[in-house]
Amino acid sequence: MAFAEPKEAFPGQVVPVTIGSEIQETFGGENTLPFHKFEGSVPNRPLIAYEIQDVPPEDWPETVRKVYEGVSDDPVKWARYCEDELKARSIALRLVGTHPDSKNLSADDAATVVKGVLDAVKVPIIIMGSNHVEKDAEVLPRVAEVAKGRNCIIGKAQEKNYKTIAAAAMANDHKLIAMSELDINLSKQLNILLTQMGFSREKIITDPMCSALGYGLEYTYSVMERIRLAALAQNDEVMQPPMLGDVGMYVWKIKETQAPEDVLPEWGSLEERGILWEAMTATSLMLAGAELLIMRHPRAVEYTERFIDELM
Amino acid sequence: MALTGVEIFKLLPKTNCKKCGFPTCLAFAMKLAQRQASLDACPDVSEEAKKILGEASAPPIRPITFGTGDKAVKMGEETVLFRHEKKFVNPNAFVLEIKDTEDDATVDSKLNDVLTSEINRVGQLLRIDGICITNESGDAGKLQSLAERIAQKAPEVAVMVNTENPDAADAALKPFSGKNPILYGITEANAEKMVEIAKANKAIAGIKAQGLEAAAALTEKVKGLGLEDIVIDSGARTASEILEHNTYIRRAALKKNFKPLGYPVINFVQRDEPMYEALVAGLGVCKYASIVVMSSAEKWKNLALFTLRQNIYTDPQVPMQVEQKIYKIGEPTPDSPLLITTNFSLTYFIVSGEVENSKVPAYLAVMDCEGLSVLTAWAAGKFTGSKIANFIKESGIENEIKHRELIIPGYVAILSGAIEEKLEGWKVTVGPREANALPAFLRQKVA
Repeated sequence: MAFAEPKEAFPGQVVPVTIGSEIQETFGGENTLPFHKFEGSVPNRPLIAYEIQDVPPEDWPETVRKVYEGVSDDPVKWARYCEDELKARSIALRLVGTHPDSKNLSADDAATVVKGVLDAVKVPIIIMGSNHVEKDAEVLPRVAEVAKGRNCIIGKAQEKNYKTIAAAAMANDHKLIAMSELDINLSKQLNILLTQMGFSREKIITDPMCSALGYGLEYTYSVMERIRLAALAQNDEVMQPPMLGDVGMYVWKIKETQAPEDVLPEWGSLEERGILWEAMTATSLMLAGAELLIMRHPRAVEYTERFIDELM
Repeated sequence: MALTGVEIFKLLPKTNCKKCGFPTCLAFAMKLAQRQASLDACPDVSEEAKKILGEASAPPIRPITFGTGDKAVKMGEETVLFRHEKKFVNPNAFVLEIKDTEDDATVDSKLNDVLTSEINRVGQLLRIDGICITNESGDAGKLQSLAERIAQKAPEVAVMVNTENPDAADAALKPFSGKNPILYGITEANAEKMVEIAKANKAIAGIKAQGLEAAAALTEKVKGLGLEDIVIDSGARTASEILEHNTYIRRAALKKNFKPLGYPVINFVQRDEPMYEALVAGLGVCKYASIVVMSSAEKWKNLALFTLRQNIYTDPQVPMQVEQKIYKIGEPTPDSPLLITTNFSLTYFIVSGEVENSKVPAYLAVMDCEGLSVLTAWAAGKFTGSKIANFIKESGIENEIKHRELIIPGYVAILSGAIEEKLEGWKVTVGPREANALPAFLRQKVA
């Protein structure tokens, strides 16, 4: 029996998204499954953004907090450090301090932080709220305005607040993260709602909700695979935006990244364990279809980039 | 190619004797076509029909068992390319490579890593499944003495012998004869001799090819020499080759029913750095490897890889569950708080993680609700006042704690009355709706 390579070509294509102004980055654009260069076109590598915050990262575990000691007290210093020292290709600023249970910083406070960061760095910026439905709807429109002209990604828009946030992204020429909770149908529905209000599907980044390795990764993995197959095989246009893996936030709060080795000797080095946990969550989700990743630890980013090199 | 139900029916005795457990031969034939029944259930089928049906109904990826005893690893039998379609069946084996050029101390330390690798995660015992002994020296005697050392010190671990030299293979396989070892290193050039040696030692044939076409030709050759238990190395080493070859092999076997590639796949992922090696090993886990050969087995690396394998091989239709019992978090005393939740593994992980974050020692009662989360279990009538009361009474917790206060999840606040009614002398306190509010709640509680 002669062997013939069982190649598969798909009618659909993932939308390529370009962000940034002076320096730009593009991700998405492939017409095949993740890294299947042997049977399709994969024009862009996934983009990793370093996560920074408007307030000091007091709840980050030691392994990753100590990396930013001396810069994380000031988002501007922190952003510069990522761009200059870590050679970040993109930076994701999360405005956790605006959450009512955190410091409840105002939209104006957030705008000041965003302006400071935008003035300090040239790489493309992702600006995210605190994931508080009402507060985000208040804060994100204000910061979208401040960031006008920088072609950022704003987020996250959810079913309960998408109208205000999408309108702000549209008016100020930004891309938008559309988040739903681990359900392909909800994800599709949100993208439909967005396009119905006139928001271009070419400016959407789908966030099907991340989970960490060992804590529901298989759910995110399979939802991502299903979204990608809908985009490629069924050529479903609303399912064709590239996908986000918001990895760092989910990884650096679980036990495996915090439990010390003297308490759990059978788990080995805490430092290596935490970094691998972040990198492996990221690489697994990339294999399922994520093209944009938000991460925290520079070594995890470095290993993930190397893995991408070997696949591209 | 797979036969249809009607084609299979023509080969059956057509007596409708019901001995197979189905009402008619046609019904049985339909089940056979859907691979939901086995031909063995029919006592009267002819030898000729057996042969035809056996070939046609063989699983597209051959089932093979590596090693023997409790720790044997089943491989193959996969039926899908994506895990949401249907469960991935047989989790891959992780195999640690030991070279015959390494000194005794290194060998022993690696052996120790394998023997102490077992971890219990969500009720499953996970471990490094096997050892690959590699004839790096090229010397048959060295490989033999390494094999003997391993057979003696780790008699229960599955072993794969890696050499292209038939003399070395013969010497090194002997200690594992009959224990389902793998003889890896069978090439176009040495196949005749190597297959003889593998057969003599009841070993699985590990073929070493360069490319998929060569791999297909070589499996046919080995099969022609009389050995059908085969595992394939297509020569893929870089991540992009592994993704390409593994995808093509799985597709060829499942979608084209291409028998020469219908065998489990071995990936060699050794890299200089353990952390990076883990990521390439993870590619093998996600994308169709049955055996992943690595150069190190640090505990932190094992934990991440075992967890990934468990996630990927979870049945997407069956929620992951943890055991029903009262878990102690920290070192609780008779005065420590008692909380209750359901046994969906994610629920358990998140709740126990947050209780731990609170640094307040506590008892966490995890109740069997068939792996449903709190709200779903409540809606399905599995997390009710009387069931909770029974569980608490039977758990024996009343002998361990002095107080009689039970903290329930905020989402099921509605249950507090029903529980108090059934659980005499107890007070029910409604906790937060989301687990992330637990640390503040618990700290305030004991303050």
